[in-house]
Parts: sequence; structure tokens; C-alpha cells
Amino acid sequence: MNSWINLDAVWRIVVVGLLTGAGLPALFALGLRLLNPPGPADGPSTGRTTPGPVGYALAGLLFAVVLASIGWGISVIVGHS
Amino acid sequence: MTGNDAVLALMVVTALGFDFTNGFHDTGNAMATSIVTGALPPRVAVAVSAVLNLVGAFLSTAVAATIANGLVASGEVTLTVVCAGLTGSILWNLATWYLGIPSSSSHALIGGVIGATVAAAGSSAVKWQGLVSKVIVPAALSPFIAGLVAVAGTLLVARITRDVSELPRERGFRLGQIGSASMVSLAHGTNDAQKTMGVITLALIANGTLPAGAKAPDWVILSCAVAIALGTYAGGWRVIRALGKGLVEIAPPQGMAAESASAAVILCSTDFGYSLSTTHVATGSILGSGVGWKGAVVRWQLARRMVTAWLFTLPAAALVGAAAYWVANGIGGTAGVVVIFVVLVLASVAFFAASRYPAVTPENVNAAWTGSVIPESAAAKAKGKAKDEVGS
Repeated sequence: MNSWINLDAVWRIVVVGLLTGAGLPALFALGLRLLNPPGPADGPSTGRTTPGPVGYALAGLLFAVVLASIGWGISVIVGHS
Repeated sequence: MTGNDAVLALMVVTALGFDFTNGFHDTGNAMATSIVTGALPPRVAVAVSAVLNLVGAFLSTAVAATIANGLVASGEVTLTVVCAGLTGSILWNLATWYLGIPSSSSHALIGGVIGATVAAAGSSAVKWQGLVSKVIVPAALSPFIAGLVAVAGTLLVARITRDVSELPRERGFRLGQIGSASMVSLAHGTNDAQKTMGVITLALIANGTLPAGAKAPDWVILSCAVAIALGTYAGGWRVIRALGKGLVEIAPPQGMAAESASAAVILCSTDFGYSLSTTHVATGSILGSGVGWKGAVVRWQLARRMVTAWLFTLPAAALVGAAAYWVANGIGGTAGVVVIFVVLVLASVAFFAASRYPAVTPENVNAAWTGSVIPESAAAKAKGKAKDEVGS
């Protein structure tokens, strides 16, 4: 680390940024997929199969994780006061 | 003493004016993607963003003094320097907004203040190492980091939901987009409103109105928060259009990935002590969401134009800031500051008037991109053919 560029901070931002900035949308997408399982192959978008109770529970858990992370994000902002 | 009070009042008004341009210049960073995908109606989007900027401005006031402190020797700062610097910042912001270029308001602010400081006290008054390590290096890296995160997010999201049917997918991601864009607005209020608070506080300290090391007074926090929120609500439709329609045609999953990447990178860097430009991050994220999306067309030519403007932001704002200082100092005293203030007001009115013909409005902001920030319908209307076409 030198005084012109803080490489330590840069790679941390990359790693944490990827985990939260790409990971959370991926979890959200996973939840969305669980709520809308792909229908049987007979029709393009007609098949609105419903998720089972496990699907609902898992999707709920994923959305909860995403919401909790947003809460963490806000606490990071407030924590700097 | 009354002359000094007048200069002080002009400085505060100029700073709040900058804060206002900061708001409308940057609305697009948070809301451009939500507006173009139809997740939120344009006016609702800017209203939500304005409220969150207002809230964000009150959340934290820690970095308020650091922006100018680490960059210029505060002993050299006078009210005239701050007024001249802000003049450079505002004029650059208005020029880039008029051209529909999302350039960094933070860089405009820093450039203006540095230019005026150099003009007043010579280049030794600038902490160059602070400038490189705190401003230039992060600016060069942040679009790439944000772009990388957005590419990864877009790829993942597209892969995971590829066999979810169209309707629930679009609906779901629009919702997610609103959430992630709201986070960007909140982070923007926290970061950018404070920069103006910092400059006003610095000037008040330099003037002896506040003791050294004082925190931003309540009236400064309140007025800056309101100014940035009003600016955000005014909506920089030109910049919103360039970011949301110009760079990439954005679908809701991309929009969510882009805004999540922006929010994550801005918040992480704040946590690690980097004060990034929201604009650079948002532009990098939107480009990344285009790169990661199969079949998306990224208009690199427009992106290059934006990056060119970024390179010019610091020096251009600095030059105008320096010129404004020379004029103000040449005339001298209160009269000098009044003169640059009047010139600034006239120039701002001119930019505003020029932007009306033809205007980019909430109604035509989503019109198909035809290579220009001015929608074809508005351009035709301006030429006399009153054929208004509202894009969906």
C-alpha cells in the first residue's frame, strides 16, 4: 500500500461490491424463480404453475435476506455520522 | 462589515445554487433506469428520489468538512475564492446538463474550488497528493469496478430467471429496481449534499463566522438538504434520457442489476473511506448491464463522449473558477463578488432558456433514441411542425 493508491481498499471494494451488488440481485432472482417455477413445456407463458410450500418458504427466506442486507446498507450510512 | 455580510450571503446562495444543480444533474444516476423501464412514472420517480435525497442528507454529516479540507490548504480559502470556485462548478454542471452528459458534480465542485484557490494563492495551496489519491484514482477505477459488478449481476440474474415467464419476470424486477434505485438516491443524498455543506462550513470558518473545526450548523444542513432535494425533483431530463435511453436499451432485470451494483459500490467505498462520484459509478454500472445482457446494444460512441467530458470536468471547472477569481479580485471587494454573481445568474438563465427549445420533459424522456438527447418529436416541434409524440 502506498500513499497514492490504496490497493487494499480497492480489492475490498471489488469483493464486497461483487458479493452485495451482484449477489443480492442473484438471490432476488432466485426468489423470483422459486415463486414462478417454469411451467410444463406445452405452452410458452400460459403455464402458471404455483410453487409448493417449500418454494414459498425458500423464496420468503431469500427476500428476507435481501431486505436485511438493505437494512445493513442503511445502517452503514447512518453509522458514519 | 456590511459588505462582508453581503459577500457571505452571496456565497451561501451560490453554494445552494450549486447544490440544486447537483441534484438535477444526478437524478438520472438513481432513476434513469427505473424511468426507462417503466418501473416508475417519470414524475413519481423524481419525487421518490427527491425525498430520499432529503432523508439521506440528514443521515450522516461526518464527511462534511473533509472534501475541501484534504484538498486545499484551508488557510488560503476566502469567501471570494469559494464564490469564484462555485461559479466554475455551476457553469460546468449547466453546460454538461445542457449537452445531456452525466458528468460528475463532485469533480465540478472540486475543480472549481481548486482553480480559484490556485488563482488566489498559487499551486502550493493545493494538496496535489490528496487530489490524486482521493479524487483522480478513485474516479479512474470506480466505473470499471461498478461495471464489473453490474456485468456479474446481469449475467447471474439473466441466467437464473431465463425460464421464468415474461410477465412475472418483468414485474418482479421492476419492483427490485425501485428498491435498488432508492438505495442509490439515499446514498447520493448522504454523499453529495454533504459536499456542499462542507464547502459552506469551510467558508464560514475561513470568514471567522464559525470557530475552526466547527461542524456544519443546523441551518446549513437543512438548507443543503432542501436544495438538493428540490434540484432532484426538478429532474435533469436530458441527463436521465442520455443515461437511460442513450447508452443501452435497458430491460428491468438489467436495470435492477445496474442500480444494485451502483448502490453496493457507493456504499462499500463510503465504508472504506473513498468518496466516489455517483455519476461515474452509475454510468459504469449501466454500461456493465449492457455488456452482460445478451443481445443488448451498447452505444460505445456515446460512452466515449461521456468519458471525454469526465476528463475535462476537473480542469474545465478549475479554469472557469480561476477566471471568476481573477475577475472578482480584479474588480475587488464586494463589487467583484457581486459582478461574478450577476454573470453567473445571467448565464444560468441563458442555459435554462436554451434548454426549453426544444425541451426534454417527463413526457418525451422515454422517446426512442435517435442519436441525440433531443427526441425527434421535440426537435420537429421546435421547427414548427407541431406533431407531438409521446413515447411509452
